[in-house]
Amino acid sequence: MTALAQAQIANTTAVEGDHRVKGRRITPYLLLIPGLLWLVMFFVVPMVQLAIVSIESKFPGYPGYYYLDWNVFNYANALSEFWPQLLRSFLFAGLATIMAFLIGYPLAYAMAFKAGRWRNVMMICVVAPFFTSFILRTIAWRQILADEGPIASTLNALHLLPGGHITETWVAVVAGLTYNFLPFMTLPIYSSLERVDPKVIEAGGDLYANGLTTFRRVTLPMSMPGVLAGTLMTFIPAAGDYVNADLLGSDIDTKMVGNVIESQFFRVPGGFPTAAALSFTLMAIILLMLFAYTRRFGTEELL
Amino acid sequence: MMALFSKTSGSFREAKGDLRLEAVTKKFGDFTAVDDLSLTVPRGSFFALLGPSGCGKTTNLRMIAGLEQPSQGRILIGDTDLTGSRPYERPVNTVFQSYALFPHLTVRDNVAFGPKRRGLPDAMEKADAALKLVQMGHLAGRKPPQLSGGQQQRVALARALVNEPEVLLLDEPLGALDLKLRREMQVELKRIQTRVGLTFIHVTHDQEEAMTMADTIAVMNKGRIEQMGTPASLYDLPRTAFVARFLGQANMFEAEVVSSTADTLTLERAGHHFTLPRKRAAVETGTVLYGVRPEKLFLSEKAPTDLPSRMVTLGPGRIIDVSFTGVSTNYIVDVPGFGAASAFEQNLDVDPVHNRPGDECWLSWDQGHAFTVATETAEASTP
Repeated sequence: MTALAQAQIANTTAVEGDHRVKGRRITPYLLLIPGLLWLVMFFVVPMVQLAIVSIESKFPGYPGYYYLDWNVFNYANALSEFWPQLLRSFLFAGLATIMAFLIGYPLAYAMAFKAGRWRNVMMICVVAPFFTSFILRTIAWRQILADEGPIASTLNALHLLPGGHITETWVAVVAGLTYNFLPFMTLPIYSSLERVDPKVIEAGGDLYANGLTTFRRVTLPMSMPGVLAGTLMTFIPAAGDYVNADLLGSDIDTKMVGNVIESQFFRVPGGFPTAAALSFTLMAIILLMLFAYTRRFGTEELL
Repeated sequence: MMALFSKTSGSFREAKGDLRLEAVTKKFGDFTAVDDLSLTVPRGSFFALLGPSGCGKTTNLRMIAGLEQPSQGRILIGDTDLTGSRPYERPVNTVFQSYALFPHLTVRDNVAFGPKRRGLPDAMEKADAALKLVQMGHLAGRKPPQLSGGQQQRVALARALVNEPEVLLLDEPLGALDLKLRREMQVELKRIQTRVGLTFIHVTHDQEEAMTMADTIAVMNKGRIEQMGTPASLYDLPRTAFVARFLGQANMFEAEVVSSTADTLTLERAGHHFTLPRKRAAVETGTVLYGVRPEKLFLSEKAPTDLPSRMVTLGPGRIIDVSFTGVSTNYIVDVPGFGAASAFEQNLDVDPVHNRPGDECWLSWDQGHAFTVATETAEASTP
């Protein structure tokens, strides 16, 4: 028998296996269809539409009408006029990210290692703000930071507030951004710290590293996936945000690119191409930064 | 950065000599994990702390490592008092039960972690040498999650060994490995310990593991050391019922001491009399537990005659279970008035299993293999 029969057996199993493999190959694509359709309808189509608008020009004499003339100068014009707001967006988003990290990391650390039975209470406190509207909470901040509010009046009484206001300044905008995106920083860091085996931290101590060195060499590197996710989830939406600058900032020197895009779309007649060009520029810069950032602190380095 | 290193190595305490625990007690709230324990581990020995879970052996280990502080008592290496010092200040390293390798570092960086923190210039060379010692040199560039359990175990060992600690602590180091790998690692650990000559303190609940590797075993129960000695002496002559049961198996039954001479003790139960050398008796009066190990029992199908006077015979009994294990055949024999006894017969014959359940049989053993210990009720009432 043997060689031949075995070959036949091998053959039949191979054929049967083939059918099964084919079936398996199709299933994942079937599962993808609803998501793909959704993405095409609500992401790809609007993106293409926006890309087209960004290189269109106003139809002379017909306000609100545009024609496609591959006008790439829209980008140059938008940038030369609105570069300060664009730069400010990244600056504010960067500051808010740093602030959120400085507040969120210790918070996440306490939740993961020190909270004990208070852990769930702390978790609810971090997530609770999501139960009310983002806009309402930002308006509440306006009350808190207002000139007659507790913080500004205390600081003013102590003569510690140059200019006499917190609202209508960059401080209020960055504070608002920090507050609004803090959970997005805290939760990913918490989830990666929670996965750190406390024994591994003990091992650091056992191997001659004091508390600070153990944190720097063991705990922090092990939580980097969370830090990476948290900074991205804070920085990216913060850079495009316009609610905080609108409600907490001034009309002059705290406008961010989101505010410009908003007003070009809804208030400035014929502003559509400029708004679209700015949107694309913002997206391109963020993508470049994201690329550089993940290259530098990318997943491969982390685990 | 350098300041941090020098700060760490600055507070590092050199200490050489035997490890000593002096009247150490550790309480967690109302629970006493370690109770007034004193212990000296000679430098360079392979010492095992053996006991069931919750007996305090791991707490003991963590106090030596500095991961817990004793509620009372002192911990010394040589003449240096380490009580109250931090883990990173002690010349002690631990191989953790879960290995606790740094998942973000390569195997080599894991092993070099300790030497680097101490500011040693040849940290990498030391790491490579340690990895070679545990036969992991070829995987130095991998990260721990890419390794098997046995490989991680070796890396954890290398990471502790590389520091040449005065005392190396092993917390159930082989618990997560399968049986075959565990046997291999037992031999390997012993080889490495002999080669490097460091003091190893090995915590385990596996009596076979402790007996295979350790020079000295301390059997712990409820925060105290029940008995301490070489594996052979502990096995041969347990001084408490707990040790007799925890280390190997023992047939034990209650009996009354009826008479004694200068060298011997005679006991009685159900009309049978047993004599044993007095030096093998942990208790000499009243009701005691008389014990003998299963492999010391001989099984015979007829009442044995012409036995030397040092032999004790019990029977007839009835075989109630026979199990063949390869090396030996294990019988459970029911003797009226005594209950079930277990006997291991080495399989020396070609066709060894000729006794069947239900067969009548007699048990005999050398009285020099027997021992007495306090009954568990008597033991519980002693403070």
